[in-house]
Amino acid sequence: MKDMTETLLRVDDLRTHFHTFAGTVKAVDGVSFSLAKGEIMGLVGESGGGKSVVGFSILGLIDSPGRIESGQILFDGEDLAKASEDRMHKIRGKEIAMIFQDPMTSLNPLHPIGRQMDEMLRLHTDLDARGRRARCIRMLEDVGISQAEDRLDSYPHQFSGGMRQRVVIAIAMLAEPRLIVADEPTTALDVTIQAQILKLIRRQVREHGASMILVTHDLAVVAEMADHITVLYCGKVVERGPTRQVIDDPRHPYTAGLIASIPDPSDRKHRLDQIPGAVPDIRKLPRGCNFRDRCPRAQALCAEREPDLETQEPGRSAACHFPVEGGGT
Amino acid sequence: MLGYTIKRLIQMVVVLWAVSVIVFLMMSFTGDPVFMVVPIDATDAEIAQARRILGLDRSLPEQYFIFVQNMLQGDFGRSYVFREPALDLILERLPATLEIVLVAMAMSAIVAIPLGVYAGANPGRFSSRTIMSGSLLGISLPSFWVGMMLIFLFAVKWRIFPSSGRGDTVEILGTRWSIFTADGWTHVILPSLTLSLATMAIILRITRAGMMEVMRQDYMKFARAKGVSRRNVLYRHGLRNALIPVVTIFGLQLGDLIAFATITETIFAWPGLGKLLIDSIYRADRPVIVVYLMLVALIFVVINFLVDIVYTLIDPRITVK
Repeated sequence: MKDMTETLLRVDDLRTHFHTFAGTVKAVDGVSFSLAKGEIMGLVGESGGGKSVVGFSILGLIDSPGRIESGQILFDGEDLAKASEDRMHKIRGKEIAMIFQDPMTSLNPLHPIGRQMDEMLRLHTDLDARGRRARCIRMLEDVGISQAEDRLDSYPHQFSGGMRQRVVIAIAMLAEPRLIVADEPTTALDVTIQAQILKLIRRQVREHGASMILVTHDLAVVAEMADHITVLYCGKVVERGPTRQVIDDPRHPYTAGLIASIPDPSDRKHRLDQIPGAVPDIRKLPRGCNFRDRCPRAQALCAEREPDLETQEPGRSAACHFPVEGGGT
Repeated sequence: MLGYTIKRLIQMVVVLWAVSVIVFLMMSFTGDPVFMVVPIDATDAEIAQARRILGLDRSLPEQYFIFVQNMLQGDFGRSYVFREPALDLILERLPATLEIVLVAMAMSAIVAIPLGVYAGANPGRFSSRTIMSGSLLGISLPSFWVGMMLIFLFAVKWRIFPSSGRGDTVEILGTRWSIFTADGWTHVILPSLTLSLATMAIILRITRAGMMEVMRQDYMKFARAKGVSRRNVLYRHGLRNALIPVVTIFGLQLGDLIAFATITETIFAWPGLGKLLIDSIYRADRPVIVVYLMLVALIFVVINFLVDIVYTLIDPRITVK
């Protein structure tokens, strides 16, 4: 089946490695996916799974000792992995914006938020001072901050965590970017406001017709927000497909484990499932499948050969020798 | 803000009072000042009379009271050596010291802050490590040696700058300044450079440490994700966040240089405060020493106050109460 929608971003065999004294960390090791215009994709995995590094790689924000070793990041046909730093300055913020995990630290504490918003518009639009100010006020109102005009002169420490994340979202949306990379945007927030912020992000992305990569460890969040899911394990894609199908009918045992560990309020008798063990030391990965030590389905073959990402059915693929059989619910 | 200023003013008064007590006691316990004023062959009667005229026959608290009373009226006594009011002597010399110190501080800041930002932002680079080694040199070289080397190289060998004195001065606001004449400038460069090296090195290291801390912060990465150029990320977002300790040290160094530029002023025969102090100590010219110490205390207190104000300008989270 040929994808009918237009592709905005295609990441092809991306490898981002960190060269540390203790060895090379292959944080992202051959990741491929594509993102259609207007699509929200969830990028899921445990901590240390390399999902944030994918986001930073797209924006070219990998710092030494990290480096994009190979692969393509085709954004609207342009390979960002090879783009110059000058070119990236024009892309960051304008074409691709980022929402960070912790709103308590992602805003500069010494600048009023109005100035931090204005900076984005000054860099990426031709608006005059009055026009920029009007746009900032409208954007703040859009993300649900009341008395927006007065708040422009407030400093980040005068806002609560949730309000700050709204400001961060407002800054990200200001220059009308076509792609948003949201890195755990609600993880640092109180549970009570997580849902609000998620709704806000989704509404903003949809209204502006943008696409989004939602990086998270929280499958429940993805289930709520994303059109497609890509599951990462040890820097590699282990499963991907449409959200509903992957959640209801996971093929990779790792995905199945993640889903089983989501609390189900209707089922109080069972203890919460968990995946045994922890993510292996990414500097010395075992031969064969990276997940086999924690996998209930592992067999001899899994230690021999690393499974390739294979198409299971149209639009769905998983990297497993012995995929979970589609029960179909 | 007004309340804060008043509070600080009261603090200043307390500090100055404490200093005045210390200075007074120091004067009273280091020998009998009466022998400074009477001739060597004075008779006992003459000495007694001098003692009475000077008020030294009264009790210590009484003497202290008169001392403070006179100070409040701007009367610090006359220099034993110059027979002029001690305060006038000091104020006459103060601009000379101020100008080399301010030039030195400006030199330090202009050189050290960009280098510190660079070294902090690129800690692994060879150039950064070279800068840091250089700064160690700046801290460890004694100023008398640096001063002499500079004189040897620039004044004796290459004959670019003069080795001593203030050169041409011009009178502005009733005092003489060298920095407003071309010839004066050539005289200012070497002493200022000598004074600046240590401060330069310290400010550089503090800036670097602050920047290394700031570089790890999320808001730096967020600024980059907005498309801000590296230079602006470093200077607009980074530097200001690293500036609080830099300002603290800057203030301390400024006071330190004004008060204790003595060695450098002596080497370059610069007629500033430090040289006056040394001369006065040699000649036991107490009134001058007293004014000097009070002035130094005042300068430190004022600089501290200004530094606190600058904190609030840098960081909105710091409020003065």
